[in-house]
Order: sequence, then C-alpha cells, then structure tokens
Amino acid sequence: MENEFLQTMALTFKLATLTTLILLFISIPLAAFLVFSKTRLKSIAETIVSMPLVLPPSVLGFYLLLAFSPASFIGEFLTNHGIRLAFSFEGLVIGSILFSLPFMVHPIQSALSQVPRSIFEAAYTLGKSKLSTMVYVILPIIRHGLISGIVLAFAHTVGEFGVILMIGGNIPDETRVASIAIYDEVESLNYAMAHQYALTLFVVTFAILLLVYTLNKKSLEGLK
Amino acid sequence: MIIVNATKQLDTSDGIIQANFELTVKSGEFLTLFGPSGAGKTTLMRLIAGLDTPDSGYIEVDGEIWFDGKRSINIPPQKRSVGFVFQDYALFPTMSVRQNLLFAAQNDTQRTHVDTLLEMTELAAFSERLPATLSGGQKQRVALARALVRHPKILLLDEPLSALDPSMRQKLQDELSMIHDRLGVTTLLVSHDIAETVKLSDRLAAIEMGRIKNICSPMEFFTTHTFSGKLQLIGEVLKIEEESPIIIATLLVGSSIVKTIIGRDEGEKLRVGGHALISVKAFNPIVVPLNENQLSSSIERHNNDF
Repeated sequence: MENEFLQTMALTFKLATLTTLILLFISIPLAAFLVFSKTRLKSIAETIVSMPLVLPPSVLGFYLLLAFSPASFIGEFLTNHGIRLAFSFEGLVIGSILFSLPFMVHPIQSALSQVPRSIFEAAYTLGKSKLSTMVYVILPIIRHGLISGIVLAFAHTVGEFGVILMIGGNIPDETRVASIAIYDEVESLNYAMAHQYALTLFVVTFAILLLVYTLNKKSLEGLK
Repeated sequence: MIIVNATKQLDTSDGIIQANFELTVKSGEFLTLFGPSGAGKTTLMRLIAGLDTPDSGYIEVDGEIWFDGKRSINIPPQKRSVGFVFQDYALFPTMSVRQNLLFAAQNDTQRTHVDTLLEMTELAAFSERLPATLSGGQKQRVALARALVRHPKILLLDEPLSALDPSMRQKLQDELSMIHDRLGVTTLLVSHDIAETVKLSDRLAAIEMGRIKNICSPMEFFTTHTFSGKLQLIGEVLKIEEESPIIIATLLVGSSIVKTIIGRDEGEKLRVGGHALISVKAFNPIVVPLNENQLSSSIERHNNDF
C-alpha cells in the first residue's frame, strides 16, 4: 500500500517536471511569436494556446484519445512506428503539455510584451544576434514571468484530472497519478488513502507557491 | 562619408506621408536633424541603423553599401557599424553599468576601451551600479558610452537630452561636444532645441514632412531672416492672446518666458508651437552678469511665476 502511494506520487511529479521542462522550451519562442508577429496567423495561434483555459478537459482528452487510437490516421502512423500513446506515460506528457500550455505561455508573453522595443534594438545595434539578445538580455529581464510560468504549469499539471482520465486511465506506475488515485480511492470507499493523496497534494502545492511568493513577491506579476 | 537616398512611407498623426531623404554627411561631421515631430527625423536615423527598412533607394557609408533596394542588399543592424542612443536610454536593467558596456565589446581592445569610456563620461564611480539606481543624466551617459564601445563609424543620437533638466542638459551638451572632438566620430543628432543645435552641430538639416528642406550651418538657418536688429532671440510660441486692441504673444526663449506685443499682421502669421525670431532694434539692452546663485534663483522665480 505504502509502496503504491510513493509510486503514484513519484509518477505525478515526474509527469509534472517533464511537462514543465518541455513547455519551457516550447513556450519561449511561442510567446515571442505571439508578441512580435504581425501576421494573421497570430490570432489563430493565440486562440489555440488559450483554448485549454475554457475547454472542458474531457473535450481535449476525447479528441486526443481519438487521435491516439490505432484506428485514426495519426494513431496508425504511430503504431506502425512502435509508439503507443493512448494509456501510456508518453501520451500523458503530450496531453499535459497541451493542457498546461496557456499557463506557461501567458506569463512569458505578458512579461515579454512589457520589455521596451528599444532594449531589443539597442542589443541589435551593439552587434548581438536575436538569439544572444534573447538569452543574455531578455530572459534575465523577464525572469519573473518565467518563474510564474514554471510554477503555474507545474502546479497545474500536478492538479490535472480530466485529460489524464480520458487518455491515461488508471494503470499503476504508467498513468496512475495522484489526482486519479484520489478519485479511484473514493470510488472504492477508501477514504483514508484518498485523504493521504489529497493532503499530500495540498501541502506540496501550498509549499511550492509559498516558497515562490516569499522568494519573489513579483513572481506572479506576469498574470496581471 | 554617409550618402543616403531613401524613400519610406511614414504613418504619422497627420496621415500617411511619402518620405524621401537625400543627405550626404562628411566623415567626422556633427549634423543635427531639426524639425517638427512626425517629420521623419527618427525614421531617418532608424533607416541608417537598419532598424527600419527603406521602401527603395540606397544607403552608403564609407564606400560600403548598407542598403540598396535595386540590388536587394540590406545589411542587418548587427553588421552596421553604428552606435545608437535611444530616447529612453534602453539600458539593460539586469546588468551593471560596466556590464552594459562590456556586453557591447567584441574583443579585448574594446574591453580595455570600456574603462577609458567610463572615465571619460565620469561613470567610473558608478560602474558597479544597476541602471535603475542612476539619475537620468547618468543613464544617458551610460547609453552614450555603451554606444561608443565598438568604435562605430556613425553615432546616432535620438533626442538624447530631451528628458533632462536644463542644467544637466547643458553639462551633457558640453560632454557630447568634448567626446565628438576627441573621438571624431560622425554624429547625427535629433534635436528640437535651438540652443543645443547651435552649440553642438557643424551643420543642420531641416526636415519637414519627410523631406530635407535645407542643409546649412545652424547660425545661418536660425538667422537667415534679414533683420538688422541688434539683439535677436529665437523662441517657441507658447500662447497668442488677443487683448483688444493689442495682441500679446508669449514665447519660450531658452528657458525663459518672454511676453511681447505684436501687431495684427504678425498675429495672423504666428502659430502656437511654431518658432519665431524676436528682434530688438531701437534701444540698448541692459546686460547684467549673473553668478550661479542668482541664476538658479532667477530660474526658480521663473518656474514659480509660470
């Protein structure tokens, strides 16, 4: 029993860590695109990024499940290459990335849009490429936005339920994360165990947010 | 030698205008771009720096083509040897003063040059401070020093002193002049300030509606009007009030406010925000020297009065 609890918690944090890391790398260029692009594509991209905020998780989960199924075009392609996403950890990572995308992109986007254009231009006239301007000048300036994004995406992935239930199911050590476990334990009237999961999530999430707020009062400014 | 012949569509508050800049600047020259806001002064500097792209034409600097619409040549700003000082300073807020300068340096020679520049701009004592802890004048010096680290062929100054108070402004004008004399870098300055223009520049390019109307020495530009006055002052018209039967014009001359009675014809020609030449003919002006204390108290009195 104790072993299963630890296994589930470990899986939960592994999923959240991996998702957050991948999101961080995707979101910086994506946020930069959303801030600086003047094409019509921008509105579409902005809408897609924000969709998970309003869409019921079950809708996203349902379509991902369809896409991952071997009967679909994508699923068939993946199966032929030996990749199985439905009811697997890899599938959960993809689902979580999509579902937590706005929580990482929005704070970064908001922080980036507040950096005066002249800061970028000053670096360009000093001979710096776009990449080194981003890495050495801009990222340090928007560090509060980055921290907000990391914390929110991580916490949101830990707390995710609907998408995971749809595409992951409840396979121990593969797709059974804490939020699912709580539901499962309640279903089997095992309230003590459910409470153990619930309290752990509560305490851990509280501790992370408290730490960030204390270290850096500005860290959630990106959301304002 | 800088040769510019470029067009660019400008979206100004007065609608879209077709700018066509034709300009030749000699090496080592200090040229001021003078004109009303929205005339295209900043745009011209941005075109030279490569921050904006001309619609057509060419830009050549010391024989190097930086832009040529016909041959599709457009050197990116990173590869153009310019130092750009922005109106809002654009200092990197997470870097100290020294780091701001060092970030610009490309090699060891330029890195050693950083200390010389810090000394020259009286920033050595502040070199480890973050930009946020500096005054406006100090920030402006950092921006200037940073723009000079790479020994640019052209120094572009976009109203660098406009946000500063008059005494700091004067001090920095002196410094700019000293730095220009010492380094001999070709300098383009955008300015609205007549005193500043006369003090600093070899020549003045008057820009209106995206065109260079006139290039001449600043003194020539501001005193072409053929008045035989003994005392001539140039000021900005702040207010025109009709107090029958006379009209009173209020002008800003330097940092002083001057009120004068004008005739009905003159009243029709003057407009608020425009410039005017005041010329005094008939009597000897009384000139009294002021020491520093009297100067600041007289400025204060002025500020209280208005």
